[in-house]
Amino acid sequence: MAELRGYKELPIGAIPFRLSTDYKTGDWRALRPVVDHNKCVKCMLCWIYCPDMAVIWDGEKILINYDYCKGCGLCAHECPVKAITMEPEPTE
Amino acid sequence: MPKQTLPQVPIKKGEPAYKLWIFEPGWKGELPLILNPRQLAEQKRPALLPGHRLCAGCAAPIIVKLASFAFRGPTIVVNATGCLEVATTIFPYTSWAVPWIHNAFENAASTGSGVEAAIKALKKTGRLPYDHVDVVIFGGDGGTFDIGFQALSGAAERGHDFLYILYDNEAYMNTGIQRSGGTPPFAWTTTSPVGKVIPGKQQAKKPIADIMVAHRIPYVATATPAHWLDLMKKVRKGIEVDGPAFIHALSPCDRGWRHGTELAIEIARRAVDTCYFPLWEWTPETGYMLTDRSLAIARNPSLKQPIEKFVEVQGRFKHLLKPENRELLKKFQEYVDMVWEDLLKRAVNTPK
Ligand SMILES: Cc1ncc(C[n+]2csc(CCOP(=O)(O)OP(=O)(O)O)c2C)c(N)n1
Ligand code: SF4
Ligand code: SF4
Ligand code: SF4
Ligand SMILES: [Mg+2]
Repeated sequence: MAELRGYKELPIGAIPFRLSTDYKTGDWRALRPVVDHNKCVKCMLCWIYCPDMAVIWDGEKILINYDYCKGCGLCAHECPVKAITMEPEPTE
Repeated sequence: MPKQTLPQVPIKKGEPAYKLWIFEPGWKGELPLILNPRQLAEQKRPALLPGHRLCAGCAAPIIVKLASFAFRGPTIVVNATGCLEVATTIFPYTSWAVPWIHNAFENAASTGSGVEAAIKALKKTGRLPYDHVDVVIFGGDGGTFDIGFQALSGAAERGHDFLYILYDNEAYMNTGIQRSGGTPPFAWTTTSPVGKVIPGKQQAKKPIADIMVAHRIPYVATATPAHWLDLMKKVRKGIEVDGPAFIHALSPCDRGWRHGTELAIEIARRAVDTCYFPLWEWTPETGYMLTDRSLAIARNPSLKQPIEKFVEVQGRFKHLLKPENRELLKKFQEYVDMVWEDLLKRAVNTPK
Protein backbone atom coordinates (compact mmCIF):
# COMPACT_ATOMS: atom_id res chain seq x y z
CA MET A 1 0.00 0.00 0.00
CA ALA A 2 0.97 3.61 -0.46
CA GLU A 3 2.58 5.61 2.32
CA LEU A 4 0.10 7.85 4.13
CA ARG A 5 0.08 11.55 3.32
CA GLY A 6 -1.56 14.54 4.97
CA TYR A 7 -4.19 16.63 3.22
CA LYS A 8 -1.70 19.40 2.43
CA GLU A 9 0.50 17.02 0.47
CA LEU A 10 -2.34 15.44 -1.46
CA PRO A 11 -3.16 16.74 -4.93
CA ILE A 12 -6.73 17.91 -5.53
CA GLY A 13 -8.95 14.95 -6.34
CA ALA A 14 -8.09 11.30 -6.02
CA ILE A 15 -5.37 9.99 -8.28
CA PRO A 16 -5.41 6.26 -8.91
CA PHE A 17 -1.68 5.78 -9.41
CA ARG A 18 -0.97 2.08 -9.67
CA LEU A 19 -1.47 0.24 -12.92
CA SER A 20 -4.25 -2.32 -12.72
CA THR A 21 -1.89 -4.79 -14.39
CA ASP A 22 -0.58 -5.30 -10.84
CA TYR A 23 -3.96 -6.84 -10.07
CA LYS A 24 -4.32 -10.29 -11.57
CA THR A 25 -7.91 -11.09 -12.54
CA GLY A 26 -6.95 -14.59 -13.73
CA ASP A 27 -8.11 -16.10 -10.44
CA TRP A 28 -11.73 -15.32 -11.39
CA ARG A 29 -11.55 -18.06 -13.99
CA ALA A 30 -13.48 -21.33 -13.76
CA LEU A 31 -12.80 -22.47 -17.34
CA ARG A 32 -9.64 -21.75 -19.27
CA PRO A 33 -9.41 -21.12 -23.02
CA VAL A 34 -6.92 -23.39 -24.77
CA VAL A 35 -5.85 -22.63 -28.35
CA ASP A 36 -5.31 -25.39 -30.91
CA HIS A 37 -2.60 -23.87 -33.08
CA ASN A 38 -3.18 -26.41 -35.83
CA LYS A 39 -6.75 -25.19 -36.26
CA CYS A 40 -6.15 -21.44 -35.80
CA VAL A 41 -6.42 -19.47 -39.05
CA LYS A 42 -4.95 -16.33 -37.46
CA CYS A 43 -8.03 -14.19 -38.11
CA MET A 44 -7.40 -12.15 -34.92
CA LEU A 45 -11.07 -12.07 -33.91
CA CYS A 46 -10.26 -13.42 -30.44
CA TRP A 47 -7.63 -10.70 -30.06
CA ILE A 48 -10.06 -8.04 -31.24
CA TYR A 49 -12.92 -9.09 -28.96
CA CYS A 50 -11.28 -10.22 -25.69
CA PRO A 51 -12.70 -7.86 -23.02
CA ASP A 52 -9.64 -8.35 -20.83
CA MET A 53 -6.78 -7.82 -23.28
CA ALA A 54 -5.75 -11.38 -22.35
CA VAL A 55 -5.35 -12.62 -25.92
CA ILE A 56 -1.85 -11.90 -27.16
CA TRP A 57 -0.67 -12.05 -30.76
CA ASP A 58 3.08 -12.50 -30.56
CA GLY A 59 3.61 -12.02 -34.28
CA GLU A 60 3.41 -15.76 -34.99
CA LYS A 61 0.71 -17.24 -32.84
CA ILE A 62 -2.14 -16.57 -30.45
CA LEU A 63 -1.29 -16.83 -26.74
CA ILE A 64 -3.56 -16.46 -23.73
CA ASN A 65 -2.34 -14.44 -20.77
CA TYR A 66 -3.79 -16.45 -17.88
CA ASP A 67 -2.77 -13.72 -15.43
CA TYR A 68 -5.77 -11.70 -16.61
CA CYS A 69 -8.09 -14.04 -18.56
CA LYS A 70 -11.38 -14.23 -16.63
CA GLY A 71 -12.54 -17.28 -18.55
CA CYS A 72 -15.62 -15.65 -20.08
CA GLY A 73 -15.45 -17.91 -23.15
CA LEU A 74 -16.15 -15.10 -25.59
CA CYS A 75 -13.01 -15.87 -27.63
CA ALA A 76 -14.02 -19.52 -27.97
CA HIS A 77 -17.57 -18.55 -28.95
CA GLU A 78 -16.42 -16.09 -31.61
CA CYS A 79 -13.61 -18.19 -33.10
CA PRO A 80 -14.83 -18.98 -36.63
CA VAL A 81 -13.00 -22.34 -36.78
CA LYS A 82 -13.53 -23.45 -33.16
CA ALA A 83 -9.80 -23.43 -32.46
CA ILE A 84 -10.36 -22.42 -28.83
CA THR A 85 -11.88 -24.80 -26.30
CA MET A 86 -12.87 -23.95 -22.75
CA GLU A 87 -11.37 -26.54 -20.42
CA PRO A 88 -11.81 -26.96 -16.67
CA GLU A 89 -9.13 -25.23 -14.61
CA PRO A 90 -6.67 -27.70 -13.16
CA THR A 91 -7.72 -27.97 -9.51
CA GLU A 92 -4.20 -28.17 -8.18
CA MET B 1 5.89 5.89 -5.25
CA PRO B 2 7.10 2.53 -6.65
CA LYS B 3 8.16 2.50 -10.28
CA GLN B 4 5.36 1.35 -12.55
CA THR B 5 6.13 -1.66 -14.68
CA LEU B 6 3.95 -3.27 -17.29
CA PRO B 7 3.87 -7.05 -17.67
CA GLN B 8 6.41 -8.21 -20.21
CA VAL B 9 5.05 -10.78 -22.63
CA PRO B 10 7.64 -11.98 -25.17
CA ILE B 11 6.52 -10.73 -28.60
CA LYS B 12 8.20 -11.93 -31.79
CA LYS B 13 6.93 -9.16 -34.03
CA GLY B 14 5.21 -5.86 -33.33
CA GLU B 15 4.61 -3.70 -30.27
CA PRO B 16 4.92 -4.95 -26.66
CA ALA B 17 1.69 -6.53 -25.44
CA TYR B 18 0.82 -3.68 -23.08
CA LYS B 19 1.77 -0.04 -23.42
CA LEU B 20 1.17 3.35 -21.87
CA TRP B 21 0.32 6.02 -24.42
CA ILE B 22 3.14 8.53 -24.13
CA PHE B 23 3.51 11.34 -26.65
CA GLU B 24 6.71 13.34 -26.40
CA PRO B 25 6.14 17.12 -26.30
CA GLY B 26 6.17 18.39 -29.87
CA TRP B 27 4.71 15.12 -31.18
CA LYS B 28 3.11 15.76 -34.54
CA GLY B 29 1.15 13.67 -36.95
CA GLU B 30 -1.77 11.32 -36.82
CA LEU B 31 -1.97 7.71 -35.71
CA PRO B 32 -3.09 5.59 -38.67
CA LEU B 33 -6.55 4.01 -38.68
CA ILE B 34 -5.65 0.36 -39.27
CA LEU B 35 -8.43 -1.85 -40.61
CA ASN B 36 -6.45 -5.02 -41.33
CA PRO B 37 -6.79 -7.40 -38.35
CA ARG B 38 -3.23 -8.75 -38.44
CA GLN B 39 -1.70 -5.28 -38.68
CA LEU B 40 -4.03 -4.12 -35.94
CA ALA B 41 -2.83 -6.92 -33.64
CA GLU B 42 0.80 -6.09 -34.32
CA GLN B 43 0.71 -2.31 -34.26
CA LYS B 44 -2.14 -1.16 -32.00
CA ARG B 45 -2.36 -1.33 -28.24
CA PRO B 46 -5.58 -0.38 -26.45
CA ALA B 47 -6.01 2.57 -24.10
CA LEU B 48 -7.40 0.14 -21.52
CA LEU B 49 -5.10 -2.23 -19.63
CA PRO B 50 -6.02 -5.61 -18.18
CA GLY B 51 -6.63 -6.02 -14.48
CA HIS B 52 -9.85 -4.01 -14.63
CA ARG B 53 -12.69 -5.39 -12.56
CA LEU B 54 -15.53 -5.28 -15.11
CA CYS B 55 -17.46 -8.59 -15.12
CA ALA B 56 -16.11 -11.46 -17.20
CA GLY B 57 -17.54 -11.09 -20.72
CA CYS B 58 -18.68 -7.45 -20.34
CA ALA B 59 -18.95 -5.59 -23.65
CA ALA B 60 -18.01 -2.16 -22.27
CA PRO B 61 -14.22 -2.75 -22.32
CA ILE B 62 -14.51 -4.12 -25.88
CA ILE B 63 -16.13 -0.85 -26.96
CA VAL B 64 -13.41 1.19 -25.23
CA LYS B 65 -10.64 -0.97 -26.68
CA LEU B 66 -11.99 -0.71 -30.25
CA ALA B 67 -12.63 3.02 -29.89
CA SER B 68 -9.06 3.57 -28.72
CA PHE B 69 -7.70 1.82 -31.81
CA ALA B 70 -9.26 4.73 -33.72
CA PHE B 71 -7.81 7.53 -31.57
CA ARG B 72 -5.68 9.80 -33.75
CA GLY B 73 -3.10 11.03 -31.21
CA PRO B 74 -2.95 12.56 -27.72
CA THR B 75 -6.38 11.97 -26.18
CA ILE B 76 -7.95 12.72 -22.82
CA VAL B 77 -10.71 10.39 -21.71
CA VAL B 78 -13.58 11.65 -19.57
CA ASN B 79 -15.78 9.13 -17.78
CA ALA B 80 -19.21 9.42 -16.21
CA THR B 81 -19.88 7.38 -13.07
CA GLY B 82 -20.95 3.84 -13.89
CA CYS B 83 -19.57 0.33 -14.30
CA LEU B 84 -16.81 1.43 -16.65
CA GLU B 85 -15.57 4.18 -14.36
CA VAL B 86 -15.88 2.25 -11.12
CA ALA B 87 -14.32 -0.98 -12.33
CA THR B 88 -11.39 0.59 -14.20
CA THR B 89 -10.27 2.88 -11.38
CA ILE B 90 -10.57 1.00 -8.10
CA PHE B 91 -8.21 2.96 -5.87
CA PRO B 92 -5.21 2.89 -6.03
CA TYR B 93 -5.37 1.17 -9.43
CA THR B 94 -6.12 2.55 -12.87
CA SER B 95 -6.59 0.58 -16.08
CA TRP B 96 -6.19 3.63 -18.29
CA ALA B 97 -3.10 3.97 -20.48
CA VAL B 98 -4.18 7.51 -21.43
CA PRO B 99 -4.98 10.60 -19.28
CA TRP B 100 -8.38 10.08 -17.73
CA ILE B 101 -10.74 12.17 -15.59
CA HIS B 102 -13.90 11.37 -13.68
CA ASN B 103 -15.99 13.99 -11.98
CA ALA B 104 -19.56 12.95 -11.22
CA PHE B 105 -22.43 10.90 -12.58
CA GLU B 106 -24.40 13.70 -14.19
CA ASN B 107 -21.70 15.94 -15.62
CA ALA B 108 -19.37 13.99 -17.92
CA ALA B 109 -20.27 16.30 -20.83
CA SER B 110 -19.63 19.40 -18.70
CA THR B 111 -16.30 17.97 -17.53
CA GLY B 112 -15.43 17.22 -21.15
CA SER B 113 -16.41 20.79 -22.08
CA GLY B 114 -14.04 22.13 -19.43
CA VAL B 115 -11.20 19.89 -20.57
CA GLU B 116 -11.73 21.02 -24.16
CA ALA B 117 -11.86 24.70 -23.13
CA ALA B 118 -8.60 24.25 -21.17
CA ILE B 119 -6.92 22.65 -24.19
CA LYS B 120 -8.03 25.60 -26.33
CA ALA B 121 -6.73 28.12 -23.80
CA LEU B 122 -3.35 26.37 -23.57
CA LYS B 123 -3.12 26.31 -27.34
CA LYS B 124 -3.99 30.00 -27.66
CA THR B 125 -1.30 30.95 -25.17
CA GLY B 126 1.32 28.70 -26.78
CA ARG B 127 1.48 26.28 -23.86
CA LEU B 128 0.09 23.17 -25.56
CA PRO B 129 2.98 20.92 -26.61
CA TYR B 130 0.88 19.27 -29.36
CA ASP B 131 -1.07 20.35 -32.45
CA HIS B 132 -4.24 18.94 -31.01
CA VAL B 133 -5.48 16.94 -28.06
CA ASP B 134 -8.74 15.07 -28.54
CA VAL B 135 -11.42 14.66 -25.88
CA VAL B 136 -13.40 11.42 -25.77
CA ILE B 137 -16.17 10.98 -23.20
CA PHE B 138 -17.61 7.62 -22.14
CA GLY B 139 -20.96 7.59 -20.36
CA GLY B 140 -23.45 4.84 -19.53
CA ASP B 141 -27.15 4.96 -20.39
CA GLY B 142 -28.15 6.23 -16.95
CA GLY B 143 -25.47 8.88 -17.23
CA THR B 144 -26.58 9.84 -20.75
CA PHE B 145 -30.30 9.28 -21.39
CA ASP B 146 -31.26 10.40 -17.89
CA ILE B 147 -29.15 12.16 -15.31
CA GLY B 148 -26.41 13.46 -17.64
CA PHE B 149 -28.70 14.54 -20.45
CA GLN B 150 -28.90 18.20 -19.52
CA ALA B 151 -25.10 18.44 -19.40
CA LEU B 152 -24.83 16.65 -22.75
CA SER B 153 -27.49 18.75 -24.46
CA GLY B 154 -25.87 21.95 -23.18
CA ALA B 155 -22.39 20.89 -24.27
CA ALA B 156 -23.73 19.96 -27.72
CA GLU B 157 -25.47 23.32 -28.04
CA ARG B 158 -22.30 25.19 -26.99
CA GLY B 159 -20.43 23.30 -29.67
CA HIS B 160 -17.49 21.89 -27.71
CA ASP B 161 -15.17 19.73 -29.77
CA PHE B 162 -15.46 16.24 -28.27
CA LEU B 163 -16.64 12.76 -29.08
CA TYR B 164 -19.20 11.40 -26.62
CA ILE B 165 -19.52 7.62 -26.67
CA LEU B 166 -22.57 6.24 -24.92
CA TYR B 167 -22.04 2.60 -23.91
CA ASP B 168 -25.63 1.52 -23.53
CA ASN B 169 -26.18 -1.53 -21.34
CA GLU B 170 -29.81 -0.51 -21.02
CA ALA B 171 -30.04 -0.08 -17.24
CA TYR B 172 -28.24 1.35 -14.21
CA MET B 173 -26.01 -1.71 -13.92
CA ASN B 174 -23.40 -0.55 -11.44
CA THR B 175 -26.02 0.00 -8.74
CA GLY B 176 -27.94 -3.22 -9.37
CA ILE B 177 -29.90 -3.23 -12.65
CA GLN B 178 -32.43 -0.39 -12.27
CA ARG B 179 -34.41 0.62 -15.36
CA SER B 180 -33.34 3.74 -17.27
CA GLY B 181 -34.56 5.77 -20.23
CA GLY B 182 -32.47 3.37 -22.30
CA THR B 183 -34.13 0.18 -21.06
CA PRO B 184 -36.28 -1.37 -23.81
CA PRO B 185 -39.97 -2.18 -23.36
CA PHE B 186 -40.74 -5.47 -21.55
CA ALA B 187 -37.20 -5.85 -20.18
CA TRP B 188 -36.94 -7.14 -16.64
CA THR B 189 -34.96 -4.92 -14.27
CA THR B 190 -35.07 -4.71 -10.47
CA THR B 191 -37.29 -1.61 -10.76
CA SER B 192 -39.38 -2.94 -13.66
CA PRO B 193 -39.87 -6.45 -12.33
CA VAL B 194 -41.80 -9.14 -14.14
CA GLY B 195 -44.74 -10.41 -12.13
CA LYS B 196 -48.50 -10.44 -11.81
CA VAL B 197 -48.78 -6.65 -12.05
CA ILE B 198 -46.44 -5.74 -14.94
CA PRO B 199 -44.46 -7.75 -17.53
CA GLY B 200 -41.22 -5.72 -17.30
CA LYS B 201 -40.70 -2.11 -18.39
CA GLN B 202 -43.87 -0.41 -19.55
CA GLN B 203 -42.33 2.40 -21.57
CA ALA B 204 -40.39 2.71 -24.83
CA LYS B 205 -36.64 3.24 -25.23
CA LYS B 206 -35.79 6.92 -25.56
CA PRO B 207 -34.44 7.57 -29.10
CA ILE B 208 -31.29 9.19 -27.76
CA ALA B 209 -29.29 9.18 -31.00
CA ASP B 210 -32.17 10.85 -32.87
CA ILE B 211 -32.36 13.42 -30.08
CA MET B 212 -28.68 14.16 -30.66
CA VAL B 213 -29.38 14.45 -34.41
CA ALA B 214 -31.97 17.08 -33.50
CA HIS B 215 -29.13 19.10 -31.94
CA ARG B 216 -27.68 19.41 -35.47
CA ILE B 217 -24.17 18.57 -34.26
CA PRO B 218 -21.61 17.55 -36.92
CA TYR B 219 -21.72 13.77 -36.40
CA VAL B 220 -24.05 11.18 -34.84
CA ALA B 221 -23.86 7.40 -35.24
CA THR B 222 -24.87 4.08 -33.73
CA ALA B 223 -22.46 1.18 -33.30
CA THR B 224 -21.92 -2.18 -31.64
CA PRO B 225 -18.71 -3.93 -30.58
CA ALA B 226 -19.61 -6.90 -32.81
CA HIS B 227 -19.37 -4.67 -35.89
CA TRP B 228 -15.86 -3.65 -34.95
CA LEU B 229 -14.73 -2.16 -38.28
CA ASP B 230 -17.87 -0.04 -38.48
CA LEU B 231 -17.31 1.11 -34.88
CA MET B 232 -13.67 2.05 -35.44
CA LYS B 233 -14.45 4.00 -38.61
CA LYS B 234 -17.22 5.89 -36.86
CA VAL B 235 -15.03 6.75 -33.88
CA ARG B 236 -12.37 8.17 -36.17
CA LYS B 237 -15.02 10.27 -37.99
CA GLY B 238 -16.42 11.48 -34.68
CA ILE B 239 -12.97 12.56 -33.55
CA GLU B 240 -12.13 14.22 -36.86
CA VAL B 241 -15.17 16.49 -37.11
CA ASP B 242 -14.92 19.94 -35.61
CA GLY B 243 -17.45 20.18 -32.81
CA PRO B 244 -19.49 17.68 -30.81
CA ALA B 245 -19.96 14.14 -32.05
CA PHE B 246 -22.07 11.41 -30.48
CA ILE B 247 -21.91 7.64 -30.86
CA HIS B 248 -24.54 5.38 -29.35
CA ALA B 249 -22.92 1.97 -28.82
CA LEU B 250 -24.96 -1.01 -27.63
CA SER B 251 -23.15 -2.73 -24.75
CA PRO B 252 -24.46 -6.20 -23.80
CA CYS B 253 -24.21 -6.86 -20.06
CA ASP B 254 -24.27 -10.46 -18.93
CA ARG B 255 -25.23 -9.61 -15.34
CA GLY B 256 -28.12 -7.34 -16.19
CA TRP B 257 -29.36 -8.97 -19.38
CA ARG B 258 -29.00 -12.41 -17.81
CA HIS B 259 -26.99 -14.12 -20.52
CA GLY B 260 -23.92 -16.35 -20.73
CA THR B 261 -20.57 -14.63 -20.31
CA GLU B 262 -19.52 -15.76 -23.80
CA LEU B 263 -22.45 -14.11 -25.59
CA ALA B 264 -21.86 -10.34 -25.58
CA ILE B 265 -20.73 -10.18 -29.20
CA GLU B 266 -23.30 -12.74 -30.37
CA ILE B 267 -26.12 -10.70 -28.81
CA ALA B 268 -24.83 -7.41 -30.25
CA ARG B 269 -24.80 -9.12 -33.66
CA ARG B 270 -28.35 -10.38 -33.18
CA ALA B 271 -29.47 -6.90 -32.08
CA VAL B 272 -28.50 -5.65 -35.53
CA ASP B 273 -29.72 -8.73 -37.43
CA THR B 274 -33.19 -8.32 -35.90
CA CYS B 275 -33.17 -4.54 -36.54
CA TYR B 276 -33.60 -3.99 -32.80
CA PHE B 277 -30.47 -1.83 -32.98
CA PRO B 278 -29.88 -0.57 -36.54
CA LEU B 279 -26.47 0.75 -37.57
CA TRP B 280 -26.44 4.21 -39.11
CA GLU B 281 -24.63 7.50 -39.17
CA TRP B 282 -25.84 11.04 -39.68
CA THR B 283 -24.21 14.30 -40.66
CA PRO B 284 -25.94 17.60 -41.43
CA GLU B 285 -24.68 17.34 -45.02
CA THR B 286 -25.72 13.76 -45.76
CA GLY B 287 -28.64 13.04 -43.45
CA TYR B 288 -29.21 9.49 -42.18
CA MET B 289 -27.09 6.78 -43.83
CA LEU B 290 -27.46 3.08 -43.04
CA THR B 291 -24.13 1.31 -42.50
CA ASP B 292 -22.66 -2.18 -42.38
CA ARG B 293 -25.14 -5.01 -41.72
CA SER B 294 -28.15 -2.69 -41.52
CA LEU B 295 -27.47 -1.47 -45.06
CA ALA B 296 -27.22 -5.10 -46.17
CA ILE B 297 -30.61 -5.83 -44.55
CA ALA B 298 -32.19 -2.79 -46.23
CA ARG B 299 -30.91 -4.09 -49.58
CA ASN B 300 -32.04 -7.64 -48.88
CA PRO B 301 -34.92 -7.65 -46.36
CA SER B 302 -34.90 -11.46 -46.19
CA LEU B 303 -31.81 -11.11 -43.97
CA LYS B 304 -33.92 -9.49 -41.24
CA GLN B 305 -34.36 -11.90 -38.31
CA PRO B 306 -37.44 -12.10 -36.05
CA ILE B 307 -37.08 -10.42 -32.65
CA GLU B 308 -37.13 -13.86 -30.95
CA LYS B 309 -33.53 -14.24 -32.08
CA PHE B 310 -32.55 -11.29 -29.88
CA VAL B 311 -34.87 -12.16 -27.02
CA GLU B 312 -34.26 -15.92 -26.71
CA VAL B 313 -30.70 -15.67 -25.37
CA GLN B 314 -31.49 -13.17 -22.59
CA GLY B 315 -33.05 -13.93 -19.23
CA ARG B 316 -34.40 -10.37 -18.91
CA PHE B 317 -36.85 -11.23 -21.72
CA LYS B 318 -37.58 -14.85 -20.89
CA HIS B 319 -41.20 -14.13 -19.94
CA LEU B 320 -41.79 -13.05 -23.55
CA LEU B 321 -41.29 -16.63 -24.72
CA LYS B 322 -44.06 -18.04 -22.53
CA PRO B 323 -47.15 -19.11 -24.54
CA GLU B 324 -49.41 -16.79 -22.52
CA ASN B 325 -47.22 -13.82 -23.47
CA ARG B 326 -47.34 -14.31 -27.23
CA GLU B 327 -49.22 -11.03 -27.49
CA LEU B 328 -46.37 -9.14 -25.77
CA LEU B 329 -43.77 -10.63 -28.08
CA LYS B 330 -45.90 -9.53 -31.03
CA LYS B 331 -46.07 -6.03 -29.55
CA PHE B 332 -42.28 -5.99 -29.15
CA GLN B 333 -41.89 -7.06 -32.80
CA GLU B 334 -44.27 -4.29 -33.89
CA TYR B 335 -42.28 -1.75 -31.87
CA VAL B 336 -38.99 -2.88 -33.47
CA ASP B 337 -40.56 -2.83 -36.96
CA MET B 338 -41.97 0.64 -36.40
CA VAL B 339 -38.55 2.04 -35.42
CA TRP B 340 -36.84 0.25 -38.34
CA GLU B 341 -39.44 1.34 -40.94
CA ASP B 342 -39.16 4.90 -39.70
CA LEU B 343 -35.38 4.77 -40.17
CA LEU B 344 -35.75 3.27 -43.66
CA LYS B 345 -37.95 6.22 -44.62
CA ARG B 346 -35.36 8.72 -43.42
CA ALA B 347 -32.14 7.06 -44.60
CA VAL B 348 -30.89 8.48 -47.88
CA ASN B 349 -29.29 5.21 -48.95
CA THR B 350 -32.34 2.98 -48.48
CA PRO B 351 -32.80 1.15 -51.80
CA LYS B 352 -35.97 2.44 -53.46
C1 LIG C 1 -25.85 11.99 -8.46
C2 LIG C 1 -25.66 10.55 -8.28
N1 LIG C 1 -26.72 9.74 -8.14
C3 LIG C 1 -26.58 8.42 -8.02
C4 LIG C 1 -25.33 7.85 -8.03
C5 LIG C 1 -25.17 6.36 -7.86
N2 LIG C 1 -24.80 5.69 -9.10
C6 LIG C 1 -23.51 5.39 -9.38
S1 LIG C 1 -23.33 4.55 -10.81
C7 LIG C 1 -25.00 4.54 -11.06
C8 LIG C 1 -25.58 3.82 -12.24
C9 LIG C 1 -24.92 4.11 -13.54
O1 LIG C 1 -25.72 3.65 -14.57
P1 LIG C 1 -25.28 3.86 -16.07
O2 LIG C 1 -24.97 5.27 -16.34
O3 LIG C 1 -26.29 3.20 -16.93
O4 LIG C 1 -23.88 3.07 -16.13
P2 LIG C 1 -23.66 1.49 -15.91
O5 LIG C 1 -23.28 1.30 -14.48
O6 LIG C 1 -24.90 0.79 -16.28
O7 LIG C 1 -22.53 1.15 -16.83
C10 LIG C 1 -25.67 5.21 -10.02
C11 LIG C 1 -27.13 5.34 -9.93
C12 LIG C 1 -24.23 8.71 -8.20
N3 LIG C 1 -22.96 8.24 -8.25
N4 LIG C 1 -24.41 10.04 -8.32
S1 SF4 D 1 -11.95 -16.46 -22.06
FE1 SF4 D 1 -12.58 -14.27 -22.15
S2 SF4 D 1 -11.02 -13.19 -20.93
FE2 SF4 D 1 -10.17 -15.21 -21.44
S3 SF4 D 1 -9.01 -14.89 -23.30
FE3 SF4 D 1 -11.06 -15.57 -23.93
S4 SF4 D 1 -12.19 -13.67 -24.28
FE4 SF4 D 1 -10.36 -13.12 -23.08
S1 SF4 E 1 -10.42 -16.46 -33.40
FE1 SF4 E 1 -9.73 -18.59 -33.64
S2 SF4 E 1 -8.88 -18.68 -35.70
FE2 SF4 E 1 -9.07 -16.53 -35.20
S3 SF4 E 1 -7.06 -16.01 -34.37
FE3 SF4 E 1 -8.33 -16.55 -32.63
S4 SF4 E 1 -7.94 -18.74 -32.29
FE4 SF4 E 1 -7.18 -18.24 -34.33
S1 SF4 F 1 -22.79 -5.29 -14.57
FE1 SF4 F 1 -22.89 -5.44 -16.80
S2 SF4 F 1 -22.02 -3.55 -17.62
FE2 SF4 F 1 -21.41 -3.73 -15.45
S3 SF4 F 1 -19.40 -4.73 -15.51
FE3 SF4 F 1 -20.93 -6.35 -15.26
S4 SF4 F 1 -21.41 -7.04 -17.35
FE4 SF4 F 1 -20.37 -5.05 -17.51
MG1 LIG G 1 -26.11 1.37 -17.83
